[in-house]
Amino acid sequence: MTAPEVAVEAQPQPPVRRAFWRQAFQALLLPVLAIVTALLLSSVFIIISDPEVVALWREITVAPGVALAASWEKLRLAYRAMLEGGLGNPALIWQGFQTWVTTGDATQLVKSLEAIDRTLVYSTPYIFAGLAVALGFRCGLFNIGAEGQLFVGALAATYIGYSIKGLPLVIHLPLALAAGAAAGAVWAAVAGVLKAYTGAHEVVTTIMLNYIAFRLSDFLLTGPMKRSGFNPVSPPVEESAWLPKLAPDPLRFHSGFFLALLAAYFVYWFLWKTTWGFEIRTVGANPDAARYAGISIARNYIIAMALSGALAGLAGTSEILGVNRFMAQAFSSGYGFDSIALALLGKSHPTGVVLASLLWGFLRAGATRMQSAAGIPIDIVQIVQGMVIVFVAAPALVRFIWRVRAVQEEGETIFTRGWGA
Amino acid sequence: MKAGTLDWSTFRHQYLTRDRVLGVVYLTFAVLIWWLFFPNIEPGASAKFGLNIVTAVKPPPLPDLVVPARPAVLFLGFIAAFLGGWQLARGFREPQAVLGVILIIFLVAFLLWATAGKSFNLVGMLASTLLRAAPITFGALSGVWCERTAVINIGIEGMMLSAAFTGVVVASATQNLYWGLVAAVLTGGLLGLVLAVLAVTFRVDQIIAGTAINIFAVGLTSFLSQSWLAVRQDLNAAGNFKPIPIPVLAQIPILGPIFFNVNIIIYIMMLLVVLSHIVLFHTRWGLRMRAVGEHPRAADTLGINVYLTRYISVTIGGMIAGLGGAYFTLGSVGRFDEVMTAGKGFIGLAAMIFGKWTPIGGFIASVIFGFADALQVKMAILRIPIPSEFLLMAPYIVTIVVLSGVVGRALPPAADGQPYVKE
Amino acid sequence: MAPVLELRNITKRFPGVVANDGVHLTLEEGEIHALLGENGAGKTTLMNILYGLYHADEGEILVRGQQVDIRSPSDAIALGIGMVHQHFMLVPVMTVTENIILGAEPTRIGPFLDRRNAAKRIRELSRTYGLDVDPDAYVKDLPVGIQQRVEILKLLYRQANILILDEPTAVLTPQEVDEFFEVIRTLVARGNSVIFISHKLKEVMTIADRITVLRRGKVVGTTTPAETTEAELAAMMVGRTVSLTVEKKPAEPGDVVLTVENLHVLDERGEPAVRGVSFDVRAGEILGIAGVQGNGQTELVEAITGLRAPVGGRIRIKEVDVTWSSPRHIFELGTAHIPEDRQRDGLVLSYPVRDNLVLNTYYHPPFAVGFRVQGEVIDRHAVRLVQEFDIRTPSIYTPVSHLSGGNQQKVIVAREFSRPIDLLVASQPTRGLDVGSIEYIHHRLIEKRDQGCAVLLVSSELDEILALSDRIAVMYEGQIMAILPAEEATREQLGLLMAGVRPETVQEEGGRT
Repeated sequence: MTAPEVAVEAQPQPPVRRAFWRQAFQALLLPVLAIVTALLLSSVFIIISDPEVVALWREITVAPGVALAASWEKLRLAYRAMLEGGLGNPALIWQGFQTWVTTGDATQLVKSLEAIDRTLVYSTPYIFAGLAVALGFRCGLFNIGAEGQLFVGALAATYIGYSIKGLPLVIHLPLALAAGAAAGAVWAAVAGVLKAYTGAHEVVTTIMLNYIAFRLSDFLLTGPMKRSGFNPVSPPVEESAWLPKLAPDPLRFHSGFFLALLAAYFVYWFLWKTTWGFEIRTVGANPDAARYAGISIARNYIIAMALSGALAGLAGTSEILGVNRFMAQAFSSGYGFDSIALALLGKSHPTGVVLASLLWGFLRAGATRMQSAAGIPIDIVQIVQGMVIVFVAAPALVRFIWRVRAVQEEGETIFTRGWGA
Repeated sequence: MKAGTLDWSTFRHQYLTRDRVLGVVYLTFAVLIWWLFFPNIEPGASAKFGLNIVTAVKPPPLPDLVVPARPAVLFLGFIAAFLGGWQLARGFREPQAVLGVILIIFLVAFLLWATAGKSFNLVGMLASTLLRAAPITFGALSGVWCERTAVINIGIEGMMLSAAFTGVVVASATQNLYWGLVAAVLTGGLLGLVLAVLAVTFRVDQIIAGTAINIFAVGLTSFLSQSWLAVRQDLNAAGNFKPIPIPVLAQIPILGPIFFNVNIIIYIMMLLVVLSHIVLFHTRWGLRMRAVGEHPRAADTLGINVYLTRYISVTIGGMIAGLGGAYFTLGSVGRFDEVMTAGKGFIGLAAMIFGKWTPIGGFIASVIFGFADALQVKMAILRIPIPSEFLLMAPYIVTIVVLSGVVGRALPPAADGQPYVKE
Repeated sequence: MAPVLELRNITKRFPGVVANDGVHLTLEEGEIHALLGENGAGKTTLMNILYGLYHADEGEILVRGQQVDIRSPSDAIALGIGMVHQHFMLVPVMTVTENIILGAEPTRIGPFLDRRNAAKRIRELSRTYGLDVDPDAYVKDLPVGIQQRVEILKLLYRQANILILDEPTAVLTPQEVDEFFEVIRTLVARGNSVIFISHKLKEVMTIADRITVLRRGKVVGTTTPAETTEAELAAMMVGRTVSLTVEKKPAEPGDVVLTVENLHVLDERGEPAVRGVSFDVRAGEILGIAGVQGNGQTELVEAITGLRAPVGGRIRIKEVDVTWSSPRHIFELGTAHIPEDRQRDGLVLSYPVRDNLVLNTYYHPPFAVGFRVQGEVIDRHAVRLVQEFDIRTPSIYTPVSHLSGGNQQKVIVAREFSRPIDLLVASQPTRGLDVGSIEYIHHRLIEKRDQGCAVLLVSSELDEILALSDRIAVMYEGQIMAILPAEEATREQLGLLMAGVRPETVQEEGGRT
């Protein structure tokens, strides 16, 4: 019995194990190229967002240099604002550090660290929400509803946070976190149950649940959960339910970041080191084989959806307990939707998701600065995001653009399925 | 062992269970009608339903329909109970259709309760149902066109949003609504083409490709509306298409104002429903589309170009979504607001599934969603004791319920969502 | 006169293999030319090149003496080439007419379909060729035999005269095969030429005018039935002498392990697929279930293994009632299942070999302690099985999608046989495998039987059933027509049973042959 037995099906055999660095290079190459491509294309939008620059382009035939120079200047300003907004100015940081060491005056250092602080604070909910979507993908579920789950999680955490008074931190904080996770889990589990027992596709049901969650939040914040006064916002969360801050004011860095890293480790451990994770991944990779192997597809859909929802709920919870400390109607700026790009960029692996989230935290912090310093609407982030999703999901497209040769992928990652149950 | 000796009763077993469950469901509705509505209506109150709407063209006016609310609700409850009893005792041949009847009975009872002692314009609400069904219908038709060739289009929402934007900008800039309409259609078609490139040529997971289009559309329209429309308000003031009464037909009482005195986009919509049906089931092109959606390899072996077929129908699907987008701006409010599509594209997909991937089925389903939407608005006007936020949830909840297949499941085209790899 | 078709020096390479290597083939007018070769020999690839689905890397094609360039099926159709594919290319939810006219639709007033005219022409064609079929029936409601007629009508409708038939008899009973051969002879008599692809020696000997044998992409030789024997063809096909029978000792049946009583199962569409089936399987014997595919065997196996809930009847494994048990409960009772569709049900293609080897035992000690998966134990287990079952894989971390069909099947066999089992349900265990792998699997099945395992073998290959079984049950339209001791069963008798002819009549017929 010698190969090739079934000639047409036979495929080239990949090398047994690649060297670590080559493997890392291969793994990072496409995502990095995807981001670079997306950023390059976004530059076009940055240029057309400025009517003055566009006006110069109209006269391109007369004075080509002027339009080009203006565009270049616009981009330079924009990306410099982004870098400074996301990472800060290294010179200032070094200066601040020296001042602190020599004089003990930390104000300058703290100020110079604000950009990094913002990046890390923004990444925290991203990590949670990205993990939520990634976990769903591993089970073949596309949880577009992270945003809604994040809202109900935040609502529950807020309620526990302000309504119970006089508890010590060690009880109140975990309780609030648990409430947030549980609310998100229940909200997502609805879609899981529907998928498992009726075959209703989770993409549509989770989106519908998003809208329902937003209306629910409107109702609660204008009614039962409204604080006295004019604005539709909740009462402030008790201090005993705050996620402890880890940096002096005005920095906002809080312990939620480490909680998110812990969650990432948990997801890794759960998916690859436990039998439950094996089941979830098997259902995701081949539901028919899972059934054959005695794994309940329905149960795993529900479990995976609930866990995914719990993580999304924690994304909202960490924002409430770590940053806002009260709930307002428009409190989330689309973390739930951004998380789809994060999960894809991170190839649904916790490590990848953490890295992608840090990048996104940086992009967002940078974009905020771009808006204030260069007048570029923050929605540029969403444009980048849409393109990153496309490029990551279409490696062939990136290879086509950058003329990178295809390498044999070791087992494809399956993300979603069609309408069928 | 002979074939004739089979015990066929075993096969009836599971159908019987379902029949009983449905019977109980019908009875539950009867009880709900008596319990929720009957006691909460003032004795002697009557519900007044208006049958005229104020428009430029006036059909001969009809007197208002006045119904004594309490006896009517009681009676409706009896009908529901009777149907439930019949279902349990004898069973219906089409229990799902009966379920539809029961739901309508329940809705009528609800309306009677809400209108008791007040007056409510019924025709106005039906007219508004058709209008609210419009974007959903376009969404459903777009979905039908794409999915009949097995490309799932989750990006309908984004296509609509982008088309709504370009439609209003072009119409404002050219001062011509028709140019706006053309721009919207082209925008939708362009995004459809993008989806086709991603899904057909690059074989990107179709749901992810659609999601990318959605996110991109939200980002781009918000970005441009903040950077441009905020500064140039004049680019966001297109006005809207006015209703065009069709001579004679518009004079028919009730039907006239609903169907024959609407704006051009609604006429296009009704035309498209019929046209899509004919194309899909009675032309060469439709036969090929369906073959590509069901069994692309079979189509390929008969010399049909699977990729080209998918490209064309997905692009057409995008153009239809573009028309839906135009409805939001040019067909109704005349200006663009960020994220104004509010999930209608997704509801359209649900309508497509509910309508079993057919244009006419999709339209009927859209009307049901449109009704839920219109009802929600009218109920807020009648000031019934339900918070408005919960009424606003209605269309979304209906979508989930419908998707869950309470009303029976249909099979999608066999190859739906699978990229075709030519060997 | 130039031959109708001539292939010269056709070479086609796929990454890693040469599927066709300098193949020559000529087809004379009015000839039935058989292309013989085992699975994976490159027959289908060659025909796909001819039909425009692949493009050859080298070589040329001549049709009626003219050199042609066939780049797509449309080109092939235009040249009068038609192909009936091994897996039917029919759209189940469409009617016979719609399927036949697809791609060559008659229309009236612009683009509108002219269904009536089409149906008329189809009726005429079916009358001319004796291919009886209702043009308005939906394909999904037709039995496979009739579906095959639709496929042939598709070719005739397009006025094809070079007909390629790829493994056309796989779905037919022996009697249907005879009828089908009559149809082929009619076709040839009316001026068509036929390429008949098969790996079945007997059929090729019966129908062919000439036989070309392919092995590993190369032509081994061309001969005629008169000049050769089955044994010689087999040797040409495989490249060594093959014993056409499987060596085995007489069975020593023990206790009853599996009992099926009056079982009723519905199929996907809710139609009865298994209708009152009863049998039992004893330890140490192989019960073969013969029958043309699609007669309820799939649903029967799914019911026994817990993948499909029956609507009536009883299933007992070792005295435990498992009628509505979960798949897990059933295999924890010591049942192994080699599924019909190994890539869909039996394997997770994206998983490495090691994970596939514990696909249904991952939660059991020693592979898991509590809920924690024991990676090292699984690795060691995988290394051991790869060696023991001779699975050709670069490493235990290689995704099974990279393995050949035979090795994929070995992964399943290794997994199922590496735990203590009392009942083995093997469904089409050798479908699509090469002769070497088939011999290996057969050997392993007999070995299991001799170890005292009860084996239920479902196969649509009559030869396989006859070679391995101790008793043979024939399934037809969801029922068991008869259960016969293997030594008493003849091909003809089984063939009639597979076609639904009752046992009483069979005995008469059996007496005659």
